[in-house]
Amino acid sequence: MTDKIRIHALRYNPADPKSVPHQQTYELEQTEGMTLFIALSEIREKLDPSLQFDFVCRAGICGSCAMVINGRPGLACRTLTKSTGPDITLAPLPFFELIGDLSVDTGKWMRGMSERLQTWVHNNGLDLDLGRIEEPMDPELAEKIYELDRCIECGCCVAACGTARMREDFVGAVGLNKIARFRLDPRDKRTDGDYYELVGDDAGVFGCMSLLACHDVCPKDLPLQQQIAFVRRKMVAIAFK
Amino acid sequence: MKIVYTDVLVIGGGLAGLRLAIGARRRGHEAIILSLVPAKRSHSKAAQGGMQASLGNVIKGQGDNEDVHFEDTVRGSDWGADQDVVRMFVNTAPKAVRELAAWGVPWSRVRKGDRFVVINGQQVKITERDEAHGLVAQRDFGGTKKWRTCYAADGTGHAMINAVADRAIAESIPVHERKEALALIHDGGRCYGAVVRDLATGELSAYVAKATAIATGGAGRLYQVTTNAVICEGIGHAIALETGVATLGNMEAVQFHPTPIFPAGILLTEGCRGDGGLLKDVDLHRFMPDYEPEKKELASRDVVSRRMEEHIRKGKGVKSRFGEHLWLDITLLGEKHIHTNLREVWDICHYFLGLDPTKEVVPVRPAQHYTMGGVRTTYTGESPTLKGLFSAGEAACWDMHGFNRLGGNSVAETVVAGMIVGEFIADFCDKPGNDASIPTGLVRELVAREEAKLTALVLGGGKEDASAIKARMQEIMTAKVGIFRTGKDLEEAVDELQKLLARSRSIGLRSSSPGANPELVTAYRVQKMLKLALCVAYGALTRTESRGAHYREDFPRRNDAEWLKRTLATWKEGETLPTLHYEALDVKRMELPPGWRGYGAKDYTDHPDTAARQAEVDGVKAKTPDRFARQAALLPYEHLLPEPLRGRNERIEERFPGPPPPQSPEVDKESVFAWESE
Repeated sequence: MTDKIRIHALRYNPADPKSVPHQQTYELEQTEGMTLFIALSEIREKLDPSLQFDFVCRAGICGSCAMVINGRPGLACRTLTKSTGPDITLAPLPFFELIGDLSVDTGKWMRGMSERLQTWVHNNGLDLDLGRIEEPMDPELAEKIYELDRCIECGCCVAACGTARMREDFVGAVGLNKIARFRLDPRDKRTDGDYYELVGDDAGVFGCMSLLACHDVCPKDLPLQQQIAFVRRKMVAIAFK
Repeated sequence: MKIVYTDVLVIGGGLAGLRLAIGARRRGHEAIILSLVPAKRSHSKAAQGGMQASLGNVIKGQGDNEDVHFEDTVRGSDWGADQDVVRMFVNTAPKAVRELAAWGVPWSRVRKGDRFVVINGQQVKITERDEAHGLVAQRDFGGTKKWRTCYAADGTGHAMINAVADRAIAESIPVHERKEALALIHDGGRCYGAVVRDLATGELSAYVAKATAIATGGAGRLYQVTTNAVICEGIGHAIALETGVATLGNMEAVQFHPTPIFPAGILLTEGCRGDGGLLKDVDLHRFMPDYEPEKKELASRDVVSRRMEEHIRKGKGVKSRFGEHLWLDITLLGEKHIHTNLREVWDICHYFLGLDPTKEVVPVRPAQHYTMGGVRTTYTGESPTLKGLFSAGEAACWDMHGFNRLGGNSVAETVVAGMIVGEFIADFCDKPGNDASIPTGLVRELVAREEAKLTALVLGGGKEDASAIKARMQEIMTAKVGIFRTGKDLEEAVDELQKLLARSRSIGLRSSSPGANPELVTAYRVQKMLKLALCVAYGALTRTESRGAHYREDFPRRNDAEWLKRTLATWKEGETLPTLHYEALDVKRMELPPGWRGYGAKDYTDHPDTAARQAEVDGVKAKTPDRFARQAALLPYEHLLPEPLRGRNERIEERFPGPPPPQSPEVDKESVFAWESE
């Protein structure tokens, strides 16, 4: 197979005063089973060692390589070049702080979101005796919590979000999904009143305009539409209490 | 120059680093974690199938306990492990699972009553006990006598690091992301922190700490084909080696996993085979029973990987444009099972191979997977030669894996070592004599030295290409320091790697853009990686026996008489080879003296002390029926554990006396299942 593909990547290095944002095109041979991970690595090794991007697991499980691929946020590592057509336009995720080229700082934003929503089990200082048998949990409930726990914090949902475009302090689908996840978990002793303090406003669940691009782009197919609707309904119930 | 001061500097934001930082923090010490990436993206995340802990909740785990886990682990290690450390580990693993359960890990749970499972290719009905309902479930894994691997579907590492990283946030532990330690700050006897580069801005700074811990994971990227994440380049190992004081243990012990997808090398969990999946050849014949009648697909990983390569050599591989492979068949597990318990496997097959594993067989071939070797430590996790330097997890040679690690024992090691070493680090920091008193002038000098090295790479006018050198190193390692090793191949590998190391000293860069500069990163890392590659290749050349994952075709027998010892490597600056020395393992203290593993080769050369120790062990066993008394008579270890982690583990069969602990109060969450009906 000797197909050529052309990758048009947005280039900008904020650390370099001479750098101006522009698009740069790289042409390379498409190989069997080529992913954007393979293609971008090849560009860096052979064509342009300065191109910045982030890959870690290259297996679709860590969320590092989210970028805008032909106009749509997605994971670069598991995007096969044969699925995109020969011209592939790549841009960094919007909304997040740009590090350079295709690399953005989702980590800092996610940490801030976690601190704000306190995304951990609150069990009121339960004193654990680690030698004793663990508390039982309904097997089906454990599966449901795992389902919502599959979020990889890649940032696609926020990058695709209409509300986030207008308000920087919006917690995004990633944040609302976490509230849904902890709300489901009986080990977390917070009540709906507590969750209301965290997301019961326009920076939280009431900021969502139900455009639901988050749901469409989520690489893990999380049930975001259903979860946001559910959290909103519960928060409305608290608001009217 | 910026100097950051803290009590504990943790290098590496994966499970081991996070957990030991939490331990130190809870004892009142400030901890800072440095991480190449946001903590939740660490390679711990990629652990799929689960973590071993002898809870014995499922019916197929009934009768499991620390003793069985201990024996499986030591056999798996081919007697290379430190048995004191294995004992500490197996006793703490159940506590780790229970702690994580309380922190929110959605462990898969036991459902009471009948269910159908696949064992040895057959549908078998098993019945789970009523009293086990809702407790943490276990699945089967290779090299284990009982079903012991606790799991959250096949995203166990993901679920664990979510909970532990969020716990670290709850405890206000800062994670300095996109920071890389380039060198340790030390004076030849005491470690004081590290010189650190910011991967986003390119700036250097110094972190000065009482205790420094390396928890940077493995070094899989020394190889061309590996399951490891692209960040697993062994830089933590390398900066320890470059001190010239700290030692690396058993670097030649490298594990190859049987079932990464071919050719990309992305891992499919051992849970595929644990849950009943089969390995098949070009004729769709299930070949493992021909080689390993006892354990079949579920022998230890070193054995299964070798048998697969052996079968390909016999001409039974499937030919493709990228080379030969075999098949993994999980279709017999059924759609429901795969969509619930092996969903990452389904995702990977779907996205990377374009096939549906519920209906089709999957191309697989062994690839580099795990670095058993690492920074040599004592049982406390501290380097025996460089005070104040600690290490935990895959980066360490603690040494609980010896020459082969069992599936499910690595992600278990991360949290268990984190718990144990975290306590020892806190003890270290508690001692007034252990303050980090180092003149800032010396720190400035060390930062300037690293700065000068980077400047030489950027402006030195060298002509060598960093990416090309790295690619060649990876090729050599995969071709000549792989599953089957010979003296001739290893000599050639050592020779060429030395030449590459020399060439790497005249690397020049094509780009000099300020800021992150990914080309500079490749350049300084490959210089370090070549030293590690030489530790692996030279250690393998020198070890003229076969043990665990280290297999020499020219020395196929395990030789306890000469080689029941741990390789220790140090590096003198300016040299092109490590200096190797050896640390003997004491057979006279072993609770489980060397013997046959129960799978793999049956011939080995005994150590002269083995027979006498075996007789002694048999004598104690015969007259001591109580398993705890027997264990204490053979290998007393409990005093080695930090005080809060001592004590027995309760099981369904081994209930503690008295009433169960009070359950946490129920909170009204307005029917958690409400959304289903709405």
